[in-house]
Formats: sequence, C-alpha cells, structure tokens
Amino acid sequence: MFRNNYDNDSVTFSPQGRIFQVEYAQEAVKQGSVVVGVVSKTHAVLAAIKRNAEELSSYQKKIIPIDSHFGIALAGLASDARVLSNFMKQQSLSSRLTYDRAIPLSEITSRIADRAQINTQQYGRRPYGVGLLISGVDAKGPHLFEFQPSGVTQEMVACGIGARSQMARTYLERHLDSFEGSSREDLIKHALRALKESLSQDKELTVDNTSVGVSGIGEDFKLFEGQDIAEWLDATFENREGGGEEGGEAMETDS
Amino acid sequence: MNHLPQAWGRPRDDIYGAYDHAHFQTAAGPNQHTQSPIVTGTSVVAAKFKDGVVIAADNLASYGSLARFTDVKRLRKFNETVVVGFGGDVSDMQYLDRLLNSLDIRENYSSTDDPLNAKNLHTYLAKVMYKRRSDFNPLWNHLLIAGLDGESKPFLASADLLGTTFSSPTLATGFGAHLAQPIMRRTIPDENSVKDVSKEDAVKLVKECMKVLFYRDARSMDKYSIATITKEGVELDENVQLENQSWAFAEQIRGYGTQTA
Repeated sequence: MFRNNYDNDSVTFSPQGRIFQVEYAQEAVKQGSVVVGVVSKTHAVLAAIKRNAEELSSYQKKIIPIDSHFGIALAGLASDARVLSNFMKQQSLSSRLTYDRAIPLSEITSRIADRAQINTQQYGRRPYGVGLLISGVDAKGPHLFEFQPSGVTQEMVACGIGARSQMARTYLERHLDSFEGSSREDLIKHALRALKESLSQDKELTVDNTSVGVSGIGEDFKLFEGQDIAEWLDATFENREGGGEEGGEAMETDS
Repeated sequence: MNHLPQAWGRPRDDIYGAYDHAHFQTAAGPNQHTQSPIVTGTSVVAAKFKDGVVIAADNLASYGSLARFTDVKRLRKFNETVVVGFGGDVSDMQYLDRLLNSLDIRENYSSTDDPLNAKNLHTYLAKVMYKRRSDFNPLWNHLLIAGLDGESKPFLASADLLGTTFSSPTLATGFGAHLAQPIMRRTIPDENSVKDVSKEDAVKLVKECMKVLFYRDARSMDKYSIATITKEGVELDENVQLENQSWAFAEQIRGYGTQTA
C-alpha cells in the first residue's frame, strides 16, 4: 500500500522536490474563511467573513489591529495568527520606542516572513498554519502584503485568501484597474463585493459575520464590526431582500 | 594596605602569595567603566534656519589641556538628511560612529526605502545614551542631531551622557552653551523667528560663534567643520579656516595673566 514517507517533518524534501509539511500548512489556510484586501492610492481596506462554531457562540476574530497604522486579516489557524500578531505588536512598539517611527509595512512583513521560513527548515518545528493579509499605511503610502506559511510574502494591489477565495480573486482581477483611483467608500464596496462572491449561495453578508478594517493616508487603521458596517452593507447590496436589517430580523419580539 | 578596590576582600599577598587572577574572564582584571573623558572635543554649535539646519564644530581633540590632535572630524554625516555633532570624549565618539555605521548598513540592507530621519536618529541615540548611563557606564558625549524630520522640516535636538534630551532652534554644547548660545538667541530667540532666517544668515551667525569660541575657549582651534542640511542634501566642509580675527579686545582684559597694570 502506498504511504508517503516524505511528510513526517518540514526538513525533508520529497524526490519530486516538494516539502509536504509546508503544503499541508497551505491547506490549512484554504480551510479558513475568506479574507480580502484592496488598496487604492489613498486607502487600504481589509474585509473578512467571520465564522461561528454554533448559533450560541461568538464569531471568530478575523481582523486584528496591530499598531495605529496597520492591521492584519487572517485565514487558517487562529492560534498561530495570535502568535504572529503578538510578535508584530512587539516589533511595531519597539520601532516606535527606539526610533519614534511607525514601522514600515515591508519591514514588519519581512520580519514575520523570516520567522516563518525558519520553521520550514529546522527539525522539530512546524510551519505556521495561517495566511495573513497585512494592510495599512506607512511613510510610503498605503500597502497590502500577503503572507504565506512557507515564508513567501508579496506586495499586492488586491488579494484574497481562504476558503473559496478563488471567486473573490476573480472578482478582484476583473476590477483591477478601478482600484487605484477608488475613493474610500468605493474601495470598501469592492472589498465587500469580492467577499460576497466567494460566499455559498445560501449565505449572505450580515453585520454579524462581516469585519472591515480601514486605513488611509491621515487615517489610522480601524476595525469596523456590527452596526458600524450596516450602512456599507446596505449601500453595497442595495437590491437584496431584507434591506440589510438581518441583525434586527433574527430577533423575536412581542408585537 | 593595598588601597585598590580590586584587592579588597582578598587574601593578603604577603601571607598567601600573589592572588591568582586567572579565573577572571578578562585578562585586564576587573571590568572598568569610564570615570572621566580622556581625549575630548569641545563645543558643537548649531542653528535652525528657514529651510534647514547649520551645525559646526572645530577639528581639535584635546588631551587635557594639550592640543593633541588637530585633524579630528567631529561632524558625522549619517545620510542625506542627518548630521550628528559630537562634543566630549573622542573614543566614545568613535564608538558611536561605528554604531551608526552598523545601523546605516542594517537600514540599507532592509527592504525599506524609508531612511531614518533626524528625529528617528535622535530618539535612537538618546536611547543609547540613556541605556549606557543606566549601566553606570556612560558614553561621555554631548550630541547635537541636526537635519530634517519626517515632514522635511528643520530638526535640531541634543542628547547628553545622562540620556537627557533637549530641543531648541539654536543649540550649543560645552563651552558653547555659555558663550555661543546667547549670541545665537539674539538672532533666533524662538521657533517663530526661524522662518525669517536665511541660510546665509545662519551660516554667518554660526561662523561668528566659532570665532567667539576660539577667542575665549582655551580648548578650541581655528580650523573647523561646518555642515548645512537642507532638502537639497548635506553640504559638509571639514576644513574651514577661521577668518577676520581681531584680537584687539585682548589688550583690554585685566585681572589675570602677566600684565602689571
């Protein structure tokens, strides 16, 4: 019977030149719910679908503000993302303390990339099972970076990772040319529409399951959830039934 | 009795023989911290003007009162927006120079194209100075950091051996704090007056201060370095000769020296 002998650890290549543990880690990213990020000349937006384990439980945190100028969105193992986000918070704070400088996004991205890469080359370690979108504004303007468990990072104009994110990416590719000149509100709409694309037919974006993170030139990174995003959802999906009042609809009242 | 601290609490040599220092990690005996500066540079003076900063320091390193080295460059260009001026111990200046070199290399290797500005460097150097004083091993310097901040506005601030920081439109270290600072304040009393000062005015003012310092500071020299930092970059001249000296005032000085009247 066939057995894969080359996936026991992350330091062994298969004869085909693959490192299975790293590929498995990338599978973990694909199991996480979808997150998207878009940048214009002036703004960077993250949007994410939150999942809840059961009706009665809270929703999984998908967007984490790191410093006042940037935040991350995660797809995959949330606990690994916590480790990385704590590290990023420390590094950002230390940059502000030692240099009085908001850490450049390319810098913080390459620092976590280095950490992640080490995990793919040392015996007894495992790769992070999480993909990140790092988005915010530094001295060189708005940025969006994609981070993968392999340690690969890329700067993106728009990006989607997580379950069924191919649909979101297709939407983003179709509208690629319109992002650069987009206003803040248009950019958020694009992000939400891309998010909607990768949702299965019977699901909708609601104030409960959607997170939006916005930053811009002269605007600190801020996480929007709950009623704060109701207006954006209404404006983005005008023609849908219910008028975006899902939050209120679910509640039963005596009338 | 041996009065040296490193002999305290140890078996006496005359009874037990010479103490075996072999177990010390360092060959030179106990670790020692700087108690006082040895080879020193004197004042650094600097002033802001409407689109930059001018900074100057002479090229002398004194060994006590001996004018030991006459070609020591005490202004260090960090990049196109920052110059650091060093007063105080010259060996500590050389240490800081190497530290800044390694910082510069690290910054240039990192992917970012957002170079450290004067404000960033001042924060960093102040932290270094404060760290060392907290180790009871201070770097015996008084630094002026001149250049442009993140908004490309003129920036001038100091950091000293205690890690104390100070900022002002005009700054001077050492003797200059007493002799040059009042002169510069006549022209640039506050932050508001900076916008009325041209580059030529500021350079002239600082050169005048260098002259007064040469007149009255016995640890100074008539050869100096001067740098201006503007959006166009750093203009650093490390071999300027003091001009238009007039020692006529010296005749009037009474109260010490060799005069009889």
